[in-house]
Amino acid sequence: MSKLTLTANIPGADDFYAELIEAHEGLTKTESDALNARLVLTLANHIGDRAVLTEALAAAKDPKSG
Amino acid sequence: MNKIFEVPLYPYERSPDQDALNAVRHPVVIIGAGPIGLGLAIDLAQQDVPVVVLDDNDKVSFGSRAVCYAKRPLEILERLGCGARIAKKGVEWNIGKVFFDERQVYDFNLLAEKGHRFPAFINLQQYYFEEYLVERVRELQAEGKPIELRGANKVAAVGTHPTHVRLEVETPEGPYELEADWLVACDGANSPTRRMANLDFVGKVFEDNFLIADVIMEADFPTERWFWFDPPFNRGQSALLHKQPDNVWRIDFQIGWDIDREEELKPENIDKRLRAMLGKEIDYELEWASIYTFQCRRMEKFRDGRVIFAGDSAHQVSPFGARGANSGLQDTDNLGWKLKLITTGKAPENLLDSYDAERIHGADENILNSTRSTDFITPKSEISRIFRDAVLDLSEAYSFARPLVNSGRLSVPCTYDDSPLNTPDALDGAPQRTRPGSPCPDAPLGKGFLLDKLGGGFTLLTIDADADDEIVEDGVTATRLALNTADDATGGLAARYLGDATSAVYLIRPDQHVTARFPEYNEAQVRFAIRRATGKE
Repeated sequence: MSKLTLTANIPGADDFYAELIEAHEGLTKTESDALNARLVLTLANHIGDRAVLTEALAAAKDPKSG
Repeated sequence: MNKIFEVPLYPYERSPDQDALNAVRHPVVIIGAGPIGLGLAIDLAQQDVPVVVLDDNDKVSFGSRAVCYAKRPLEILERLGCGARIAKKGVEWNIGKVFFDERQVYDFNLLAEKGHRFPAFINLQQYYFEEYLVERVRELQAEGKPIELRGANKVAAVGTHPTHVRLEVETPEGPYELEADWLVACDGANSPTRRMANLDFVGKVFEDNFLIADVIMEADFPTERWFWFDPPFNRGQSALLHKQPDNVWRIDFQIGWDIDREEELKPENIDKRLRAMLGKEIDYELEWASIYTFQCRRMEKFRDGRVIFAGDSAHQVSPFGARGANSGLQDTDNLGWKLKLITTGKAPENLLDSYDAERIHGADENILNSTRSTDFITPKSEISRIFRDAVLDLSEAYSFARPLVNSGRLSVPCTYDDSPLNTPDALDGAPQRTRPGSPCPDAPLGKGFLLDKLGGGFTLLTIDADADDEIVEDGVTATRLALNTADDATGGLAARYLGDATSAVYLIRPDQHVTARFPEYNEAQVRFAIRRATGKE
């Protein structure tokens, strides 16, 4: 059974999206890649559920199969 | 240069076997007098199994080579009669520091659990290690134990037969032939025995070179393991600093794939690297320098009929994690008692199938850990490096990222879960760490320690439980070690062996692994467990 939330779950979706893009503003590609990597690791730790992380990896890898 | 490299430790001597009309048959012949071959030979000789060790050399290995020894191998060495001496000479360490770029991102403490006779880790040059093992061989010879060490005896051909192995051996005085019921190849990662038998040795190749410089210097660095990712003195690469006895420091530089080995090994070029790392003013003497590459691989099976492979000849890992010599000693620990029972007719030959099952399980665990460390230390793709650097960047401020930093997962013994020798766990409420298949954790007992009280055979450890003092099942003896929680002043024994149980009966193998455990003594159950642990069920 799926434990990963794949329905809308972020209040103020537009605000969050804008914040995500703003965080990358003025960064080089290298700096942006590094930021994304740090963000993925930080969020993954917050989730902390191995099964959810595996599902998230699968969902991200193949969005068409959802 | 250290004189120990130059003195023959086991010079060639003519053996009566060379003058025999027919090839002389020995129960066990070992090829290779490195740490693994010598360790196994000592184990067998202590159990009165006649053993001959052949080596094409007659000295200790050149250079410090394997330098980190973990607790479990020290415990094994103590069973072999030389653990205390090796631990005393070795340098004990607990603190590791990790640096990224110009800053220290975190440190760790191995925080060795209290109540163990031996420390978590020591560093010791491999030449000392081999020297002490050879001394132990000499002690056993003086006691009349059946152990021979033949230097300058090079095995040129191995002929395998259903009942024995035939060897052609070259010596300074010409060749001779020899037979063995069992041949154990402890002849290293490039094992000539394995190549002669044309057996596969497959795995992952890492395209990277590492330069080892062992230097003698008076330095006030603490006795710690220091690891650098991408330091200013070795940009884009890693480096390691580790202390050995006699003021010898192991320095290891990652230097990349496309290099000129000869150029890199020139003393003036090594000198440049050392001064960039340690400061312009350092005063040192270079003891040994070497460039190595590595692979993570193993044989498909560790046994080919009557030829058995142990140590690097059977499996090879990267040095990160100190899983080479440490796991090889665990191979010999696993193999010694099985060969004893088989050569004395007390167990069927198929007991050796469990050597394959258990040590392949161990090798796979080591290869997995070693491969992961290597992928972290030398990222293989751009994205792998991006995540690696992200982990290091986060680890300085946020503790969550520190468990992801992988500069080597240090060797711990594996638990033989799913071993065909185990009897299912019957002790409810007891700790997982002592479940069947586990290596026995040490525990303090009065002024001594538990592991010292486990003999060379099977032990029936009873805690607050009655049992027979000795039980003999089909030629195999288990001797009781009766303990009570009243004598367990620190509570260490109860914490490690009882947990929530109120009494326990453990059947412990000669290699100090738990093979069965019960809440109380039941003779029929123990007899079954002995049969199972010796390949008879």
